[in-house]
Amino acid sequence: MPVLFAIAALIAIVATALAITRLDAVHALLYLVVSLLAVALALFALGAPYLAALEVIIYAGAILVLFVFVTMMLNLGKAGRRQERAWQPGRSWIGPGVLAALLLIELAGILLRAPPRLPVHTIGPEAVGQSLLGPYVVGVELASMLLLAGLVAAYHLGRGLVAKQNTKMKAGAR
Amino acid sequence: MMPWGLALAAVLFSLGLAGLLARRNLLLVLVSIEVMLNSTGVAFIAAGSGWNQPDGQVMFLFILAVAAAEVAVGLALTLQLHHQYETVDMDAAAQLRDREEE
Amino acid sequence: MAPSWHFELLWLVPALPFASSLVLLLVGRWLGRRASAWLGAGSIAAAFTVSLMLALGWAAAPPPGGGFTQILWQWIAIANFRPRIALYLDPLALVMMLTVTFVGFLIHLYATEFMRESEGYSRFFGYMNLFVASMLTLVLADNLLLLLLGWEGVGLCSYLLIGFWYTDEANGLAGRKAFIVTRVGDTAMIVGLFLLFQQLGTLNIQALLQRASAHWHIGAAGAEAAAFLLLGGALGKSAQFPLQTWLPDAMAGPTPTSALIHAATMVTAGVYLIARLHPLYQLAPLALHAVALIGLATLLLAGCSALAQSDLKRILAYSTISQIGYMFLALGVGAWSAAIFHLVTHACFKALLFLAAGAVIQGTHEEHDIFKMGGLRRQMPLAFWCFLIAGASLAGLPLVTAGFYSKGLILWEALRSPLGSGALWVGGLIGALLTALYIFRLIFVVFYGPAQRKVTHFAGAAMQAPMAVLALLSVVAGALNLPAALGGGAWLDRFLASVLPALAGGRPTALGELGAEAIAAAVFFLGVYLIYMFRLQRPALTEALMAGAAPRALRRFWFSDWGMDWLYDRALVRPVVAAARADRHDAVDRGFEGVGALTAWSHRLLSRSQNGRLRWYAAWLAGGAIALAAMAMLR
Repeated sequence: MPVLFAIAALIAIVATALAITRLDAVHALLYLVVSLLAVALALFALGAPYLAALEVIIYAGAILVLFVFVTMMLNLGKAGRRQERAWQPGRSWIGPGVLAALLLIELAGILLRAPPRLPVHTIGPEAVGQSLLGPYVVGVELASMLLLAGLVAAYHLGRGLVAKQNTKMKAGAR
Repeated sequence: MMPWGLALAAVLFSLGLAGLLARRNLLLVLVSIEVMLNSTGVAFIAAGSGWNQPDGQVMFLFILAVAAAEVAVGLALTLQLHHQYETVDMDAAAQLRDREEE
Repeated sequence: MAPSWHFELLWLVPALPFASSLVLLLVGRWLGRRASAWLGAGSIAAAFTVSLMLALGWAAAPPPGGGFTQILWQWIAIANFRPRIALYLDPLALVMMLTVTFVGFLIHLYATEFMRESEGYSRFFGYMNLFVASMLTLVLADNLLLLLLGWEGVGLCSYLLIGFWYTDEANGLAGRKAFIVTRVGDTAMIVGLFLLFQQLGTLNIQALLQRASAHWHIGAAGAEAAAFLLLGGALGKSAQFPLQTWLPDAMAGPTPTSALIHAATMVTAGVYLIARLHPLYQLAPLALHAVALIGLATLLLAGCSALAQSDLKRILAYSTISQIGYMFLALGVGAWSAAIFHLVTHACFKALLFLAAGAVIQGTHEEHDIFKMGGLRRQMPLAFWCFLIAGASLAGLPLVTAGFYSKGLILWEALRSPLGSGALWVGGLIGALLTALYIFRLIFVVFYGPAQRKVTHFAGAAMQAPMAVLALLSVVAGALNLPAALGGGAWLDRFLASVLPALAGGRPTALGELGAEAIAAAVFFLGVYLIYMFRLQRPALTEALMAGAAPRALRRFWFSDWGMDWLYDRALVRPVVAAARADRHDAVDRGFEGVGALTAWSHRLLSRSQNGRLRWYAAWLAGGAIALAAMAMLR
């Protein structure tokens, strides 16, 4: 188990690092998918099989797919890559790097100062399900309302664009 | 004994933060945000596993729902930005600022 | 026989002119000249009538206690500071009231014709009536705060009337100078009032004088300080050294103003103040001695300056300063009623001099330089006789003029009083010589010699009548107080004795009163003879003597009032103006502006942080989170 966790964690870190530094958006997304799969494995190693599955299905399988669709719709292409190069000179990473490093050091410090004992227990889907439909049932309802809000907002915000796209396509077809 | 789950979460969070601050492409920024949300989920699960309670996983489920809603709205906004400004440069949409009087 | 309800009319005396002035100032423009003249002069006539009734009532049955107080209302009531609007009538106030209203009425009558061609006719009478009301308030005031109200009121009217023809900037500047110089004195006086109230707890004059003698011994520091401070105010208002520089310039105002305010009444307010508060001055011998010395210095200074002037009204102005110096000299040696006697006679002949001067000026078409006039004796006989009578009274023509008796009394008291000295007497005699010299110089230059101008305009009845009355008074007013040595009853002295008691004791002198009067008469004749010789008989010799460098320098020095204007300009005016110019941008204001500028600068600084860029905001969030984590970690 620990070995699985170590490998999965390593892959996740490397894939994430690659994902955020790519020039092409699609490349970045694909690397992110890899990272999420690795994280799912790590979750499995941490004793959460249900959530590991959900990570793959929902996170990598729905959310990132949505990302890919939108990226392909935007169709940035070669011009996009050139633009990214212009926007991202090497020195633009210095400031963020410093801030992220500071944060990492602090977190490491907190963890190392009084390292909590965290044994790994496996908790199966039944326990999670019972918890969801028991004490957290209100949270579930709220989450569903949130998803509804997100749906309505996305529909509304995207409405005019689709019509424009349609007219463009129709004009192109003629 | 180092809590490796939390350490992984910390590293992923820092990486996501760096990406958020450094990238100008709005899509990549959203990607970085997703990375950060994911990392907090890992932290929750590690903690819940440590306490032998399902609450950590429940938290991650809610984070998942939030991320989904947020991504949907965020990508719709990205499309609007691209439509209005012909670019996905985040710095192009900087009109909500204090304009100098002189 | 006269019922005491007479005294209840006291409030009418200041109220009638005050009401008239209100009407004239507010609606005078629509009243027209005739109505304004009737109202302006009539209100003073009414005030005089009431004063006369009061005087007659007093003569028949004086009120018990020697004084009558009429309380009108409570003015201020804060803790133990409770001044009231109340009028106090006693012999001194009665004499002053009669003088002010009578001479005031004559001058107002004169002015109805004199000012007929000036614009602002009703405004003029409004201001003049306001002045008379303020002056009456001053002399009738029951407490020092009400007196101060009248004091400031006359100062205001003086300013308004000096600059009456305000379209000429020089008049406004003269008014401003008068106001500022008297303000210096007024400030000292107000501080004196503070001191008196703080030490004695009241400003009511009668109560204050009683408490003063109980509270302070003779020569106490508090009494000296208060006396000196009040003296400062008197010096300013009465144009004595060193605050006399405003009066010659005040001649820019209309001649009736010069006659009333700057000769007969306002400038005597300082004399009245010291006479009224004489018990306080008796407690402060140092201040009293200063009064005498200042009086002496002023009368000599002004006499010399008058001798060198060529402007008709300026000569009379310096003459006024000099005569008030005599009154101060009298006060300084403790001869209170002698000072008041001279005040009354001086009001008569000085007002007459000014009225006659006004007639001359109008007759010669606004000519003011005496050397451009001449030989007016035949062309303006009335003016000539008035000048002659008034000038003789001023210089003290023996036995037949009022001025002889009043000035003679002052000189005698300067010699004989326990506070007097031979030096003061001799100084007074020199001043009398100078007086004769300058006034007869004026008369000889203006009325004798070859005629240089043709007089086309002559005074009408409204101007002639007052002049005639005053001429008569200049002769007979001496009968008020004929000295015992000459067989008189000294009525004024006895009338005022309850308020202004004579000082007990006296210095032994070699001369008697008769001898002193004889010497004064001799001085008069000497002066007239000298000027007669120099001016009329040997004008060529005079010119030759005057042409030398030393006499010309001396004449320039005396012409410029002993250089006092120059001194004040260099020592006071220029530094203040320079300081004001240096502080042009108001250093204190910079501090306040600085606060505003600092706020605006920090706003600009902070608003840079709102640049609308999301990554910038995200970075700040991250920074904040790091800081918080660091705080948590370092706990």
